[in-house]
Amino acid sequence: MYNFAYHRPSSVAEAAAALAAASEGKLLAGGMTLLPTMKQRLAQPSDLIDLGAIADMKGISTTGDGVRIGAMTTHASVASSAEVKAAIPALAHLAENIGDPQVRNRGTIGGSIANNDPAADYPAAVLALDATIQTNKRTIAADDFFTGMFETALEEGEIITAVSFPKPQKAAYAKFPNPASRYALVGVFVAQTASGVRVAVTGAAPCVFRASQIEQALAGNFSPSALDGLTIDSSGLNSDIHASPEYRAHLIGVMAKRAVAAAA
Amino acid sequence: MPTVSMTVNGKAVSAEVEERTLLVSFLRDSLGLTGTHVGCDTSQCGACVVHVNGDSVKSCTMLAVQAEGANVTTIEGLASGEELHPVQKAFREHHGLQCGFCTPGMVMSAVDLLQKKKSPSEAEIREWLEGNICRCTGYHNIVKAIQAAAGAM
Ligand SMILES: Cc1cc2nc3c(=O)[nH]c(=O)nc-3n(C[C@H](O)[C@H](O)[C@H](O)COP(=O)(O)OP(=O)(O)OC[C@H]3O[C@@H](n4cnc5c(N)ncnc54)[C@H](O)[C@@H]3O)c2cc1C
Ligand code: FES
Ligand code: FES
Repeated sequence: MYNFAYHRPSSVAEAAAALAAASEGKLLAGGMTLLPTMKQRLAQPSDLIDLGAIADMKGISTTGDGVRIGAMTTHASVASSAEVKAAIPALAHLAENIGDPQVRNRGTIGGSIANNDPAADYPAAVLALDATIQTNKRTIAADDFFTGMFETALEEGEIITAVSFPKPQKAAYAKFPNPASRYALVGVFVAQTASGVRVAVTGAAPCVFRASQIEQALAGNFSPSALDGLTIDSSGLNSDIHASPEYRAHLIGVMAKRAVAAAA
Repeated sequence: MPTVSMTVNGKAVSAEVEERTLLVSFLRDSLGLTGTHVGCDTSQCGACVVHVNGDSVKSCTMLAVQAEGANVTTIEGLASGEELHPVQKAFREHHGLQCGFCTPGMVMSAVDLLQKKKSPSEAEIREWLEGNICRCTGYHNIVKAIQAAAGAM
């Protein structure tokens, strides 16, 4: 790992200022992705701005219509949160199945969605639950946030401060994990929301996406049988040593059915 | 170079480190606490697990400066004098180790589990050990040891 200058601001405003002043600054959250990338010298920031000491960015609160989760809240805190379990049990369940306990003790929701790994779990929840991403500059709707492989709508110098999830009528997440890393080979998050059924798929394509075909099939009949006989087009899906596009397409259907069956 | 201060195994420590120094290097090289191992250096194996403010973390994937002001416990901090921690005793008694390389991380991970869940099921123990890899034992006796320790604690 190349060396860098280290900053530990205690407010979002100080973090934004430190980031703006750095030539090649990077925000450091849980470090579960950034530090391994730096060890491999795939990233070489001049400055690391550690968000770990900003108390405002941590914690979970109940809002009028759901829960608000600070960007620096760890996966372990979301998994064990009474507020999250009460409002959106599917979200707590998702967090509980990310990586391993030590990754969950450090990794954060803000880091996960800012990174937008094609196989990450949280992006599926954010998109299916129609969450809102709050930054130090604006709020961004989930539908506008995930723009491509490891790409988001975040601008230079923009810091995610929190994610707000409206409570769905019913929701569930089913993933087929890579047996080694636990990242999603395919993960499907289904939600029955005030604005209709939303289904988001992660792991299968270069970026999380909404499966409109499944959404339509479930709109009139929110049950696993509504997906009987559905075939998912494999074009554009990921192909790697773990699975072919055809296998991933098949898994989308299977995971979607399992999620609908589990939805509560 | 920044100075980093934290509490390690109950003792206040302070040292100058390069920003990029990993917590595990700080523990092993600056403090001489070589009980914490480095297996993979890529956040996969769990040989480097220590507790930071009570939670288990992989110390190969955390900077020493991120632990500023924290309370850190390593495998050296578990026993009280000659008296081994119940999890250490159980690993010895139930053959929870062969070469011993993964053991410090396994023990630290297990202690974190048992402080969060008093009597985990076998399935919960196996699930919890997702981030700890052992090349020798086949895990069976590790799980047995943790179950026995849960009963003893
Ligand atoms: C062994 C292992 C297994 C894993 N398994 C899974 C899995 O099963 N599922 C899964 O979803 N993930 C998995 N992960 C990823 C992990 O869950 C982390 O969430 C993820 O690595 C990023 O979160 P972080 O907090 O560590 O971010 P960091 O690594 O600190 O940062 C990641 C990126 O986000 C940027 N960033 C961080 N916070 C903000 C912010 N508030 N605003 C703007 N930008 C920000 C950083 O600058 C950086 O570019 C795994 C990781 C490891 C090491
Ligand atoms: S050395 Fe840290 S996880 Fe392997
Ligand atoms: S005892 Fe040898 S690696 Fe676990």
